[in-house]
Amino acid sequence: MVKLTVNGREHDVSADPDTPLLYVLRDELALNGAKFGCGLGQCGACTVMVDGKAVFSCVTPILLLEGKQVTTVEGLGTLDNPGPMQRAFMEEQAAQCGYCIPGMMMRAQALLQNNPLVSDADIRAALQPNLCRCGTHMRVLRAVKRAARLMQTAGASSTGMGGGR
Amino acid sequence: MIARTIIAVVVAGAILIVTFFGWARHPAIDPIAQPDPHGLDTALVRHGAQLAALGNCNTCHTAPGGKSFAGGVSVATPFGTIYSTNITPDPETGIGNWSEAAFRRSMREGLDRAGRYLYPAFPYDHFTLLTDEDDHALYAYLMSREPVRAAAPRNELRFPFNLRIALAGWKLLFLRKGPFEPVASGSEAWNRGVYLVEGLAHCGACHTPRNRLGAENKNDRFGGGEAEGWTAYALNQTSPAPVPWDVDALYAYLRNGWQRVHGVARGPMAPVIDNLGVASDADVRAIAIYIASMSGPPTPERRRKAGELLARTGVQGPGSNPVSGDSTTTAQAAKGDGSGADMGGMIYQSACAVCHESGRPLPFGGMDLALSTAMQGPNPINAINVVLAGLPAAEGERSPIMPGFTGALSEAQLTDLIVYLRARFSDKGPWTDVAKHVRDAMTGNRRFATYATRGNASAPADSSQREKPW
Repeated sequence: MVKLTVNGREHDVSADPDTPLLYVLRDELALNGAKFGCGLGQCGACTVMVDGKAVFSCVTPILLLEGKQVTTVEGLGTLDNPGPMQRAFMEEQAAQCGYCIPGMMMRAQALLQNNPLVSDADIRAALQPNLCRCGTHMRVLRAVKRAARLMQTAGASSTGMGGGR
Repeated sequence: MIARTIIAVVVAGAILIVTFFGWARHPAIDPIAQPDPHGLDTALVRHGAQLAALGNCNTCHTAPGGKSFAGGVSVATPFGTIYSTNITPDPETGIGNWSEAAFRRSMREGLDRAGRYLYPAFPYDHFTLLTDEDDHALYAYLMSREPVRAAAPRNELRFPFNLRIALAGWKLLFLRKGPFEPVASGSEAWNRGVYLVEGLAHCGACHTPRNRLGAENKNDRFGGGEAEGWTAYALNQTSPAPVPWDVDALYAYLRNGWQRVHGVARGPMAPVIDNLGVASDADVRAIAIYIASMSGPPTPERRRKAGELLARTGVQGPGSNPVSGDSTTTAQAAKGDGSGADMGGMIYQSACAVCHESGRPLPFGGMDLALSTAMQGPNPINAINVVLAGLPAAEGERSPIMPGFTGALSEAQLTDLIVYLRARFSDKGPWTDVAKHVRDAMTGNRRFATYATRGNASAPADSSQREKPW
């Protein structure tokens, strides 16, 4: 039995310790925000945050995660009260098919949580591991810049519900 | 009597100092008007481009995201930080007012146009071997580049290393001036290899250990050194590669960026491979011939062990795929009681084996770590770097890739993993200070450069141009 803390809530997970986090999130915890893309840590659709850093959940076995804080896109806000990253992506209409967007948001969140005063070059470099087949990159970049502005004006709280830690 | 001795000593000292400065001073070479790039011979420029690639000039002289050859790259040394200079033909901040004679003097003697000593981070101890013709072509190539106005940041060196005049002594001790003299008993290709490896390609700058004054240790040539936070493995008979290198393997590795039983070039070797993409097949083979000759044929014992390893890992010969025959970790075998000793094995089995035991051939499959030189190296530095940063993808083309595990692994978890990998894949005994090496890498105490890997023979149209498309 592995204890996982996801979006501030603790879960006793019955999956084997070598199970990738992504499968546990989607199959056991019904958190379907993180997506299965390649399963090899090469496309970024599965990106979540662990202790504030972006990781590929498809290649991260849960045995590594005891005592760490996992944040998924569901942890950034709610439908009624979206966090600044989610608001920015909606306002810029950054999604086309949307499959890559949760991963994009989580990697951007990790970047901005660490330092909201980022340059365009920083954003481009940080998002390099995340692929988008639709080609919405320019809108994604605009959304991340908007999120950075929102976070700077919103002060300390970087998520809609104060979670994410 | 005593007074007379003191006077004598002072006078002798003064004479010595005056003589030293007189001897150590070099005249400036007159500035010239910036050469007209349109007047340059295109064939000569093209040849110079090839030579510049062999010399890896762009790696040190182009900052990440900066303009090609405009310098500004920081080079950490035990003596402080040095910044590479602008070698574009900008007359004020670059070398636009350097005559060819001034350029050649810098390559041969480590002096700039004004006669100031250059730090040997610029490997003129190697470039001194170059022929007049090659310096001529390199000069033409650099003068054909786009001039960029960019002054290099000031070096941050400790006293007394910040005094350039001290380099007069360094040169006296360590600079053996060229040009290169072929060895009569060697073949033409071997001599070409010596010329390239010892001269322009300056392989020893990373692969030879350095002494306390930062010079290459001539008694341990190609005995293994370091580069940009990575370990550069020994190329001589002390090479830690599980399967000994030979000419064909070296040629394939240098030509393609990977070799099926030795793995993929990464870290600072990746841009070297990238640059070699524009070198001729004959030059790459010449380099392979000379490097293979450094170690000579392997001992019967080493050959036997390699043969056994290849049989176990299922790599039989040309055309066969590695099938990870030996390195098969079952979930059963790796699962223990979850204590520290078992943790490394469990991490390997759940996070690494998925690719590294998949049986998919290189360069796109994960290599069987029993064949990996990193597992056999003198320290865990390269293994730690690769686990943390992975192998970043090349832009705009297929390439080998490995996801990095920064963020997923704690210091303790990575330490357990590295200890396990060494015990599992090497019979050389445990590495020392694994936890410290892990902490240094994870805290940024030891910075290491990451470069995109290239796993195919294709090279960009002009590999010297490193600017991002955006």
